Amino acid sequence: MTLTVLKSTSQGSWEKRILKSLNSMCTELSIPLARKRPVGEQKELLNKWNEMGTDEPDLSLFRPVYAPKDFLEVLINLRNPNYENGDSLSFRTHLGLIQVPLKVKDIPELKEFFVELGLTTGQLGIDDSTQVPPELFENEHVRIGQKVLAEQDSAAAQQYIRQGSPTALRAELWALILNISSQPEDILYYEQLKTNVIQHDLLVDSLIYKDVKLTASNDDYYFVFEDYLYQVLLCFSRDTSVLGHFAYNSASPPKSYIRGKLGLEEYAVFYPPNGVIPFHGFSMYVAPLCFLYHEPSKLYQIFREMYVRFFFRLHSISSHPSGIVSLCLLFETLLQTYLPQLFYHLREIGAQPLRISFKWMVRAFSGYLATDQLLLLWDRILGYNSLEILAVLAAAVFAFRAVNLMEVTSLAAAEAVLADLSTLKVMPLLQIFLFATVT
Amino acid sequence: MSRVSVPCHVKGTVALQVGDVRTSQGRPGVLVIDVTFPSVAPFEEIMFKNYYTAFLSIRVRQHTSPHTPAKWVTCLRDYCLMPDPHSEEGAQEYVSLFKHQMLCDMARVLELRLILRQPSPLWLSFTVEELQIYQQGSKSPSMTFPKWLSHPVPCEQPAPLIEGLPDPSRVSSEVQQMWALTEMIRASHTSTRIGRFDVDGCYDLNLLSYT
Repeated sequence: MTLTVLKSTSQGSWEKRILKSLNSMCTELSIPLARKRPVGEQKELLNKWNEMGTDEPDLSLFRPVYAPKDFLEVLINLRNPNYENGDSLSFRTHLGLIQVPLKVKDIPELKEFFVELGLTTGQLGIDDSTQVPPELFENEHVRIGQKVLAEQDSAAAQQYIRQGSPTALRAELWALILNISSQPEDILYYEQLKTNVIQHDLLVDSLIYKDVKLTASNDDYYFVFEDYLYQVLLCFSRDTSVLGHFAYNSASPPKSYIRGKLGLEEYAVFYPPNGVIPFHGFSMYVAPLCFLYHEPSKLYQIFREMYVRFFFRLHSISSHPSGIVSLCLLFETLLQTYLPQLFYHLREIGAQPLRISFKWMVRAFSGYLATDQLLLLWDRILGYNSLEILAVLAAAVFAFRAVNLMEVTSLAAAEAVLADLSTLKVMPLLQIFLFATVT
Repeated sequence: MSRVSVPCHVKGTVALQVGDVRTSQGRPGVLVIDVTFPSVAPFEEIMFKNYYTAFLSIRVRQHTSPHTPAKWVTCLRDYCLMPDPHSEEGAQEYVSLFKHQMLCDMARVLELRLILRQPSPLWLSFTVEELQIYQQGSKSPSMTFPKWLSHPVPCEQPAPLIEGLPDPSRVSSEVQQMWALTEMIRASHTSTRIGRFDVDGCYDLNLLSYT
């Protein structure tokens, strides 16, 4: 359910801002939104399709349409006109940044929801560490995983993966849960998208190039996959089947008119063809998947399904429990309720916790955690069909570094304490926060 | 079964409050909406859009028997529209309530009174919108089945084979197999769209549209 107030005002004005930003980039740089490539250029692109990363186009004049922190400002300013936002403190004053009273789960409800992460249930990410003999849990868990795959049981796979997926089985398990099977028609569809990339040049292509160069290419884990990222994201922009997800997304795809035919509906088209304008960090949704899938059309299908099921909720405004607004509120509420001293201290020094954790949640922690930990986290996103675990992990990270955070005296110092998450082990953090903290 | 909208007159909301409305600090937590009908109507369904109402009670004034005067009876008591009155869940949903959910018989309704409650002080106002009452539409005309469908005759003996023609049951099974094959081919037809995004091969765009 999307609240009318969120849908009509904030998402609408946010979208208008994005459109204006893209339009001004077009006029400033005198570049069209889209154009057909001349034949020579098409041939050239086809030849270097597998090594687009070697290209070094001049992207200095392009800037990302928006970054997560711009989006955060929009969320902070969300107001319900029917809500009492008086000056006097009341029992429900929101001390965090989000001022929309959505219903979020508390720890008892989270413990029930994430019951398989409990202390008495085996987990990959905890019970497969080198000190634990594999006969206690790991061997049996792998055996069950193989059986689930043999039966091709998607529902069982989703239940199974709540305890984590063995590395060897992960690619197949995710494909089973997401209902991806590479039929010849899927490979053909991907080839058709590739043809569309060759034929038409889009402005968003430059935005994608810039994003990959700025983020994934600079990342120690992901730079090797640079070429794959172009092959996926450029095709993704041309995929009109993605438009289908706008039926349950409060956002609307941007529109344009074929040159010169402004206002005539028969010349109206969506731009980009998939309706999704990438923002700074967008390519990080794809990068971790490159560890699992090496065949471009399968990698593409997996990413597309992950996007229309989960990732789109992280950058559009809605009241859905897995939407970014609810995740932000869940994070702030958990921190305020279970770490009140830390929350109060950070507020006092001008370091609202959400300002630090927002970028982690928007990217589903991609690029912040070590890849094996990230994949264990995304196992649980698939298993529970919910993004709420991102908010819980964010709160757990703050809880873990609480002692250091209590000693900082500025936002910059707090950011420094939480700058490096690459050594964190995700599952123990989650387990301790949910099941082993005295509340 | 079709439903027919019942014409009704929805009066304005009346707030129930102790003391003077202008001087007291708090906002009213109880509102009453009266709905009158020009003629006595059998009630089937009530539909509305909620706007931050937490609990709904409905009282109905009707004749319980033909010769007694009409009385007020509660037909819905504290129906929960918002599981948590302090948060947004359920605050703007469309709600349908049917006669089988009511505590009393709703055959001859003269007047309805909706009692809205919102105990949370967080909301500036609350009400229900787009109120519509429905009564049962006329039943679809009953169909009488042809005799041979409702009373099938027992299996007849097949007629004796005419010389020179193939066995009809063998022919029919072969035809059935061919039909099954064509159905299989038809069913495996892919529904994947080609996904063209251009108009007649042209996708030259200058600027995005704001409308």
